[in-house]
This record gives sequence, structure tokens and C-alpha cells, in this order.
Amino acid sequence: MAEEHPLIDLRHIYKIYTLGGEEIHANDDISVSIQRGEFVAIVGKSGSGKSTLMNIIGALDVPTEGEYYLGGEDVTEMSDNQLAEIRNKMIGFIFQQYNLLPKLNILENVELPLLYAGLSKAERRERAMASLKRVGLEEKWRNMPNQLSGGQQQRVSIARALAGTPSLILADEPTGALDSRTGREVLNFLKKLNEEGNTIVMITHDNSIALEAKRVVRIIDGKVDFDGDVKEYAAII
Amino acid sequence: MLQSFNLALKSIWGNKMRSFLTMLGIIIGVAAVIILVSLVNGQMSYMTESFASMGTNRITVNVTNITTRSVGADEMYEFFEDNSDLFEEMSPTVQVGGMVKNSQDTMSATSISGVGEGYLNILDREMFAGRFIQYSDVIGYQKVCVLGYYPAVELWGSAQQAVGQTVKLNGQAYTVVGVVERQDDDDWEDGGSDDYLYIPYSTATKLSQNTNINNYTFTVKEVNQATEAKEVIEEYLFTVFKTEDLYNVTAMSEMLDELNSMISMMSAVLGGIAGISLLVAGVGVMNIMLVSVTERTREIGIRKSLGAKRRTIMTQFVIEAAMTSTIGGILGIFLGLGGSVGLGSLLGMTAKPTIGSVGLAFGVSVAIGLIFGYMPANRAAKLNPIDALRSE
Repeated sequence: MAEEHPLIDLRHIYKIYTLGGEEIHANDDISVSIQRGEFVAIVGKSGSGKSTLMNIIGALDVPTEGEYYLGGEDVTEMSDNQLAEIRNKMIGFIFQQYNLLPKLNILENVELPLLYAGLSKAERRERAMASLKRVGLEEKWRNMPNQLSGGQQQRVSIARALAGTPSLILADEPTGALDSRTGREVLNFLKKLNEEGNTIVMITHDNSIALEAKRVVRIIDGKVDFDGDVKEYAAII
Repeated sequence: MLQSFNLALKSIWGNKMRSFLTMLGIIIGVAAVIILVSLVNGQMSYMTESFASMGTNRITVNVTNITTRSVGADEMYEFFEDNSDLFEEMSPTVQVGGMVKNSQDTMSATSISGVGEGYLNILDREMFAGRFIQYSDVIGYQKVCVLGYYPAVELWGSAQQAVGQTVKLNGQAYTVVGVVERQDDDDWEDGGSDDYLYIPYSTATKLSQNTNINNYTFTVKEVNQATEAKEVIEEYLFTVFKTEDLYNVTAMSEMLDELNSMISMMSAVLGGIAGISLLVAGVGVMNIMLVSVTERTREIGIRKSLGAKRRTIMTQFVIEAAMTSTIGGILGIFLGLGGSVGLGSLLGMTAKPTIGSVGLAFGVSVAIGLIFGYMPANRAAKLNPIDALRSE
């Protein structure tokens, strides 16, 4: 099999803000390369620049300098609409706050990315239900988000992220709003997904969560401080 | 697209109170426009009809005869015959004061006029019994008269009976040769529209010691020739009197046109005022949409992160605004139609809504939503997804 290019290829990424006359380097010359099928945790304290990096990886923001190749394509030069397509087709977001739309039921929530992809009603329903099945919540498809527990809502948001069969799953503090037991369940689920072949990038401030991944990238003051196997990381903390 | 409509409806229904309050401005504005147009239109039709019943084909002429310049009935008849292509009928009219008596009763309010033989046609009426004034009565200065239905019945109990009877006008005896058909049901009283008496105009000039005839009534063959006919009369009279001060010609149709244009102008002004209220309503819609966008910033962020393009977000909010104002418009139309009928009967006015006003009101309310929804929708679409996600 030919050598594939990395799924995520960040080259000399800078994100610079000007605040009150001063330049702030949220991301300061970051280069990271992630292959398909990896499970990477990006760790850092709050303010370290990890969230900024996540936004760039997730095509929610563009870097001030540097290049970002996602699935082989340079995303940095793309228009707003093109970025929206990328987000829709290639990336599945999982947020800390679940971010389900409260006025739509579970099924409609999971269908949302498929709606924006332009799928027919029948196809949307089929795929969304399949996705709900994967997280074990297909029976609750009629419920409203506020009728589910925190853990269930997070599983729905995972189903939503999976619905469009994205190349990359981007999880931002996925267990942050959950108790430790439910958090553990979610992490185990993410591990299972990774074993099934999904590429997962997880952002967290918590080292113990980071150790659940296979590879850790630590960000301090906008720079990559550590990038390596999780076992090596465990040794240094 | 259908999805957007469903979504918009869901959103509107989900926030019933707020949606209703937003629509209220539009409902009131639209209802006001429709009620105003209906009432004005109804009044216009009513007035036009009343005017028409007075004969829009009529032209009345007043002259002031002086010793050096004058015009008499014979000259007018000659003029009339010379222009018979334009004119249908002509009659002099001479008002006479006095009372009508028979052996038992006196009618004190009956209007007495001297007219020519064409006057019945000018009035566009029929005889009930007997005959009208004839040419032979005129040249013969006959003391004959034609009664309106009211005096005939008052004096002899029945119109049929009146024919052949004698009345006394200011001491002189006149024979009743005919009774005109009954005109009005509402006005059955002394001095009402059926209380009149006609004698030949020639006889009338003898009666009042006044040989001067100052009034003539013409009818035109085609109403749209009224203005032309009026000018022809004025030209003729100018050649006689050499000055416009001694005569006056009035075409009924011109008066009606003037009335119509006055009413149109008034309704345009009123419509403009109502239009302003719709503008204010539009501002209200925009206001609420802005609030809505702010409240749903997070939702917009989520949608964008899932891949919604700017255009999608834009369409969603514009459609929501347009649906709100359209529903308001429809409700306003119903309220306006109901209100114009109700208000009309309350004020004793006729209400005639026009399809045009309904269509216009509907179109305007849709447009308001589209126009005033655009800015907030644009703002929503341009939101930065990261910032949007952060807000709460």
C-alpha cells in the first residue's frame, strides 16, 4: 500500500492576536502531524493555546501564518463556504457542553449535519438511526434533549459527530461536564471508536484523561512542549 | 427549502407570545389599510351612485340678462336644435313662488316650476297617469299643470283621480293634465322629492310678472361628451354676453369627477398614514429578529460547526422574519375585512373592500419581513462560530 499523507498536517502554525497594542502568540510555530487511525490527546493548561489549536484543526478558524493540510488539502486558503463544507464532511465535533439544540428531538439533532450535507429525508433518518444505535440510544430518538441525563446527551452528541462518517473526530473536553463514572463510560466509548478505525483528537487540561489516549501532545505557552507516545508522557508527569 | 419553512414555523410557534407581539404591529397596520380603503371606496361608490341618480348627463346653465345683452328661450331652443348631435334634451326652468290649492286643501310646500316639454325626459321619469306638458301648451300659454305623485294623492286621495281636476295657483285656475310616477319612498312629506308641480314655462313667465328666464337644463347624448358640450354652450353664451360674468355653465359629470378626485386624494393620504404604521411595524419585526439572533447565538455557532454555510443561516432567519410578517399580514387582512363590515354598519357607511387593497396589504407584509429581516439575518450569518459557541 502506498504511503498515505497524514490526515492532519500542521506546518509552522502561528495564531497571533493584537490586544491593546501588544502581540499575543496564542499558537507560536506549532508543527504536528497526525495519521489516520491515531488517538491523540492535546494537553495544556487553560490559556496554553490548546483551544486555539483545536479551532484551527477543526476549520473553525484560520492561522495567521503557516499551513494546515487536512486530508491532503490546504485548508488555510479556503473560503468561508469551503470551510463549512470541510467541517460538515470531514470533521465530527464533540463539545464539552454537548451542544444539542434544545428545540429539536434527539433524532433531529443527530440528523443536523446530514441535513447540511444535503441528504434526502429518508437517508438522513436511516443514517441517524444507525448512528444512535452505535451509542445505544436508538430507542430515545423521539425524546427532547432535556429529558436525557448528561451522559446520555454526550452520547447523542457523539452519535451526531459520527452520523456523517467524518474522517476526524474532534473532542473538546468531552468529559468535562460529566461525573467520573459517566466520564469513564464516554472515554471507553471513544477508545472503542478508535479501535474501529476512527481518528480521534481529544483536547483536555486533565492529564489523567490525556493518558487514556495513545499519543500525547502537550502545549505550553503556545508551543509544543511534548509530542510522543502516551507511555513516555506518563513517565514524565 | 421546505425544511426552512417548517423550521421557521416551529420557531414561531415555539415562542407564541413573542411572535404574536411582533405580528401585532403588522396586524394593526394591515387591518387599518383595509378598513380605510373599504370605507372610502364604499363611500365613493355610494356618492357616485347618488350623483348618478341626479343625472350625470345634465348640464345646467344660469344667465343674467341685461338690457343690452340677453338670451331668451327661443334663442336657446334654436341653439339646442343647431347642436342636436351633442344634446338630447333642453328645457328652460322658471321657479314660481306660491301655493297650490283645490277646493278642500292647500299645499304650502309644493315647488312650482315652469318647464318645457322635454323636462320629463331630462328627469328620466315616466308618467303615472295622463300626459306631460306639450309644445302646444307652451306656445298657447295654456293654464295646464302636471303634478308630482305627492300633491296628487294629498289633494284628491289618488293619483288617478287627480287628472282632469282643477287647482288654483295664486288665484288662477289650472287644469291637471297628468301625474308623474312616484319617486321616493323615504321622503313622503310636504316639500319632499315627490312634492312638485310643473306648468309651461311660457305661462310661468306670465304668472310671476317676469318675462325673464334665467335657467336652462340640457342633457347630453353621451356622458363623455359632457365637457365638450359645456364648452360649446359657453362659446355660444360668450358671443351673446361678451363677458363670462353674466353666465355660468355647470356639467354634473365634471362635478362628479372633481368629487372623485378629492376622495381619491383623501384616501391616498389616509393610506399613506396607514403605510407609515406598517413601516413602524417593520421596525418592530427587525428589532425582534435582532433579539432572536442574539439569543440564538450559541445555536448558530453549533449549526456552523456542523457545517451550516452562511447562506443557510441567512435563509433560515430571513424566512422566519418573512413568515412572521406574512402570518401577521393574513391575520390583519381577516381583521380588516371583518372590521370594515362591522365599522361600516356601526357608522352607517357602506364598506367595499377591494381585491387590490388585500393583495397590496399581503404583498407589503411579506416584503416587510424580507426587508427588515435581512439585516439581522446577515448578522447571524456572519457570526464567528468560535465566539458564537462561547456565548451563552
